[in-house]
Amino acid sequence: MNDTPQTMPRQSWTFSNEVNAEIRRAAHTGIYDIRGGGAKRRVPHFDDLLFLGASMSRYPLEGYREKCETGVTLGTRFASKPIELKIPITIAGMSFGSLSGPAKEALGRGASLAGTSTTTGDGGMTEEERGHSEKLVYQYLPSRYGMNPDDLRRADAIEVVVGQGAKPGGGGMLLGQKITERVAGMRDLPIGIDQRSACRHPDWTGPDDLEIKILELREITSWEKPIYIKIGGARPYYDVALSVKAGADVIVLDGMQGGTAATQDVFIENVGTPTLACIRPAVRALQDLGMHRKVQLVVSGGIRTGADVAKALALGADAVSIGTAALVALGDNDPKWEQEYRALGTTTGAYDDWHEGRDPAGITTQDPDLMARLDPVEAGRRLRNYLNVLTLECQTLARACGKSHVHNLEPEDLVALTIEAAAMAQVPLAGTDWIPGKGGF
Amino acid sequence: MCGIVGLFLKKEDLRPRLGDMLADMLITMSDRGPDSAGIAIYGDQGDGHKITVQSDTPDTAFDGLDTALGDRLGAPVTMKTNDTHAVLTVPAEALEATGAFLEARGLRIMGVGEAMEIYKETGLPRDVATRFGLRAMGGSHGIGHTRMATESAVTTLGAHPFSTDADQCLVHNGSLSNHNTMRRVLAQKGFAPKTENDTEVAACYISSRIAEGANLGEALSGTLEDLDGFFTFVMGTKTGFGVVRDPIACKPAVMAETDDYVAFGSEYRAFAGLPGIDSARVWEPEPATVYFWER
Amino acid sequence: MIATVQAVSDVQILDMEQIELREVNATLQRAPSTNYTQFEILNTRGSHAIAVGLDAEIEVIVKGSTGYYCAGMNQRATVHVTGSVGPGVAENMMSGTVIVDGDASQYAGATAHGGLLVIKGNASSRCGISMKGIDIVVHGNIGHMSAFMAQKGNLVVLGDAGDALGDSLYEARLFVRGSVKSLGADCIEKEMRAEHLDILADLLARAGADAKPQDFKRYGSARKLYHFNVDHADAY
Repeated sequence: MNDTPQTMPRQSWTFSNEVNAEIRRAAHTGIYDIRGGGAKRRVPHFDDLLFLGASMSRYPLEGYREKCETGVTLGTRFASKPIELKIPITIAGMSFGSLSGPAKEALGRGASLAGTSTTTGDGGMTEEERGHSEKLVYQYLPSRYGMNPDDLRRADAIEVVVGQGAKPGGGGMLLGQKITERVAGMRDLPIGIDQRSACRHPDWTGPDDLEIKILELREITSWEKPIYIKIGGARPYYDVALSVKAGADVIVLDGMQGGTAATQDVFIENVGTPTLACIRPAVRALQDLGMHRKVQLVVSGGIRTGADVAKALALGADAVSIGTAALVALGDNDPKWEQEYRALGTTTGAYDDWHEGRDPAGITTQDPDLMARLDPVEAGRRLRNYLNVLTLECQTLARACGKSHVHNLEPEDLVALTIEAAAMAQVPLAGTDWIPGKGGF
Repeated sequence: MCGIVGLFLKKEDLRPRLGDMLADMLITMSDRGPDSAGIAIYGDQGDGHKITVQSDTPDTAFDGLDTALGDRLGAPVTMKTNDTHAVLTVPAEALEATGAFLEARGLRIMGVGEAMEIYKETGLPRDVATRFGLRAMGGSHGIGHTRMATESAVTTLGAHPFSTDADQCLVHNGSLSNHNTMRRVLAQKGFAPKTENDTEVAACYISSRIAEGANLGEALSGTLEDLDGFFTFVMGTKTGFGVVRDPIACKPAVMAETDDYVAFGSEYRAFAGLPGIDSARVWEPEPATVYFWER
Repeated sequence: MIATVQAVSDVQILDMEQIELREVNATLQRAPSTNYTQFEILNTRGSHAIAVGLDAEIEVIVKGSTGYYCAGMNQRATVHVTGSVGPGVAENMMSGTVIVDGDASQYAGATAHGGLLVIKGNASSRCGISMKGIDIVVHGNIGHMSAFMAQKGNLVVLGDAGDALGDSLYEARLFVRGSVKSLGADCIEKEMRAEHLDILADLLARAGADAKPQDFKRYGSARKLYHFNVDHADAY
């Protein structure tokens, strides 16, 4: 043994084990990493905001007795049949193909029990979800897989997807998509191939064209259905203003924590802005155009709790949308499958290779044996319960701030714990009246 | 994001109708650009150079402006006011002194040229056409634009067309993706854009290339090399007009030609009221190809 | 239904100088519950979204030229445009027939699942983009990026094709009689077999095109992009 004192082995912060593992993986395969889910890096979030609550200067409402309403109507601008929801929380678009039939059914069941809507995804409308969803939003995507006028007419609203938070501006190639026979049939693709996805719509580019596309969709559906425009968190002020000008009834704004079925990790982690940072510019655009509350704003990307819901509403959203949280409620990444996650080289909570179709929880798969693990009735009930909890939590906070409707929450009910959150949410740092960027600072 | 129209007359007898025809074309493109509208008209050439200026307070700003300018220059000056705009005609050698005088009085110079006048304002294209009396204007050719603002403000100065040199004007449909870098390059060359607008960067780029000795065709071809993003440009000069689309070319563009005129529109419906359109040759300009008509 | 016989020969005129687009389309969309099977639309002046969302075996003649998305999402109807059409004619058509006497702007037949689209003039860029089963016959030329990501169906071109034909093609068949400026990634010329000559002969006949199947070349997917291979990475 050498008794000379040694320097501790020191790992590089820059070239961490994680980074080096990725370099080795890239060198071995020659292709970027594809995964599902949203940004995993830490970004300023709703956790960094607090409600002030009522005390002497404001009066709170009595919990459980004095009413605190939660209803929201989406699509009041042009549509003759707006969507009325009992709660300000909707289920985000997730495709059949990325999810199994029973998982889509469970989302429909849970959402309907809770009085809200669910949304199709890139792959068309299935009987499972139409049959079990009282209110179903039909996504209109660049791929147009399964797009047809019959489904358009039996949808309750149409969501034109311009982008999503996980990959604003994204398209490209998605390897190893689980294109089974049924999925291939619905998408008019050969079975078992890699899927390429376009980043722009095939028959329009830009808001001036989109306005005409929306006219066509309205003419096909007799001006009944609300038209949503979904955008990824990129340049929210301009993108929201242009969505309004293009004729949106509702704008869905998805921050960078918003999930995806599969895309490049480099895209998920490096493109887009945090949900927290998207809301105020979006609301300001609506206010500048005199359209706040007339064109409804639905915010998504990392909504987990009733507190997140309440904070998004306080910053000016009309409703929120959940995707990842809904999958977790159904049973995604449940510790009871830990052994199987380990066999896949991952662990509970970290599993994100949804596109590979081997989801032990049976949700993001088309494998018949795995799919059978999810009971859509039971899973639907879990989603209903979770939605109810989100709503109760949101009401609890709203009542504490003296609001008889959750929509009466306002930015002035909030303070921020960090300077970053204060700057992004444009609310004062707790204990001060300082909003970074305002008043000359 | 916008609508573009352009009309280049081949025959003298249509000149009095230019504004009328262009107004219909412009108004048809309102859906593509409801925020603001603008036109460049190439009209009669007088004895001097025309300077189109704009003011938000035209009553006071234009009151006695021609007399004051004439006194300063010691030369004859004529002025024609039109709503928020005024066109001053001055001798060619007095241009520089005139510019300094006008800017010192807080007036915005929209364009300069022997033939070109520029009118642009915020508001619906129909209202903009009406307030300037576009229908009564005559000329040899004209270009119009309806704007749906993307990333810069809805202001008069942000409206198209942009004029960055004498008798040159540019309108644009699309969105450039490297205009901030180009803006810095142009500023170093002394062609700094005045607004945050990406189209003005393109106009300055073309003017800088022409100033460096390129002809218009070369300058327009240069946009394909040096500007990134999506664009359809329509450019006016004293004697003609040119068109170029980016290589991807997914923003709409259509052209029509008869013995009487060449017309450009973002959509065919802009042509619906033009005489003889049913028998016109109608086509879409190819990507990455420069088109140019000159009298 | 026997009761409808008396009105079958009547042509209902829809004059867009008199009525709004909404009324035009609502009338056509209501057609199954009326006695009318033939319609004529006048004074279109390049308007958008004319005769969209039809779902009945009716015949619609559009006199003049149209803007974007004429006959969009058509089912079963026959729409005949006597002028030219703007972007996205017959986009996402499911069935039926759309005939254009003049030219078509970009995106003709985009994402369409079925039916027949005939363009007697030229089609510009992105003709048949993402097509999913439609048959398209263009008597003239087609522009760049046509049949981009085309999945299913047949695109027949009597004239020339522009740059990047069939880029990222899936299983659609492309038949071109004239020159092809360039082929897109993963698109190659393929052998014309008897079955293809039969398909082509049938399509040419249905499209009223005077051309011989053996004068065409067939292009299809090399299928090299179907499964990622690091040595083809530059094709992505």
